[in-house]
Amino acid sequence: MNLDLSWMAWTWPTAAFFGTIFLLLFGMAAWEYVSPGGNPRVGVLRFETTRGDRLFLSLLGSAFIHLAWLGLVGPNLWWALALSVVYAIGVFRYV
Amino acid sequence: MEKTWNNRAWFLVLPVLVLVAFSAVIPLMTVVNYSVQDTFGNNVFFWAGTEWFEELLASDRFWEAMVRNLIFSFIILAIEVPLGIFIALNMPKKGWGVPVCLVLMALPLLIPWNVVGTIWQVFGRNDIGLLGYYVNKLGINYNYVQNPIDAWVTVIIMDVWHWTSLVVLLCYAGLVSIPDAFYQAAKIDGASRWAVFRFIQLPKMQRVLLIAVLLRFMDSFMIYTEPFVVTGGGPGNSTTFLSIDLVKTALGQFDLGPAAAMSLVYFLIILLLSWVFYTVMTNYDAER
Repeated sequence: MNLDLSWMAWTWPTAAFFGTIFLLLFGMAAWEYVSPGGNPRVGVLRFETTRGDRLFLSLLGSAFIHLAWLGLVGPNLWWALALSVVYAIGVFRYV
Repeated sequence: MEKTWNNRAWFLVLPVLVLVAFSAVIPLMTVVNYSVQDTFGNNVFFWAGTEWFEELLASDRFWEAMVRNLIFSFIILAIEVPLGIFIALNMPKKGWGVPVCLVLMALPLLIPWNVVGTIWQVFGRNDIGLLGYYVNKLGINYNYVQNPIDAWVTVIIMDVWHWTSLVVLLCYAGLVSIPDAFYQAAKIDGASRWAVFRFIQLPKMQRVLLIAVLLRFMDSFMIYTEPFVVTGGGPGNSTTFLSIDLVKTALGQFDLGPAAAMSLVYFLIILLLSWVFYTVMTNYDAER
């Protein structure tokens, strides 16, 4: 069977992006398997969050950090990526 | 006793996962792929990087549509929520009037969006439309095709007509769930009509009002069909909301790359709002 996926217009950078997202999800599933329950806790936002919530907040926040960087600074997104990693660490540590 | 963990039930979720993959994940991946490329058709793509996002974020057209959308949502909420509460408070609570009012309230919600648009497009015309003709007869120069303010007024009145019922029905459901004992206690205390509303009815409606506000906000933020049918986004761009702008870019101009970038930014905003909705709802439940 010839599976033609050319209409999806795959590129290496977008494939790497989705690969990273799937790896993160796989990692979260493995983490949940090793330590079930989602580690719920009340952080700086003053409401309960689980590991999944913290990953979601990290990814959503990172998307907005990248957009803000693109709009306010310029197209070189490596610093935005670094800032997003710091933000994600902060979310997983304090939220 | 140690708790037993068994995650095999997750396999039951597989069919939904497959369905969501085909209906949402794969299309979303395609949109992401398009957003960093340019195409002229025939599945031939050229790498564009972040160009479409930069263009979008620097585009006055996009931000103007965003501001229009936010103003529209704000006006809609400011009218529909108080009006919905007022109507719900004045609807009969027992007797034959209840089903009559409920059916009348439900009617606008049953009409498809494009039909609502068509009804108001004809209704507002100043040559053959009942509303447009008589408003002009009264000496008010009303023409939604040429005047941006008239176009806005028409689109807002149409949305209020279409969706206030939803707020009414939700508030009414909250009101009828209040036990009579609360009203009896208020009567014994000699509470005024306002005090009954402020300290009994409003707190009891809080949950449904929250749902109503968030549903109406998100729905009005994504509005497309009704204003598109009535004004087509005009006159000029005065009623071009984000979704109309998006369709114009994707299907009118066939600029798939810029349209994909715009879709993603729009999607992120909706995702953020949905998260706020979900968080507010679940935390409100937890507090209760």
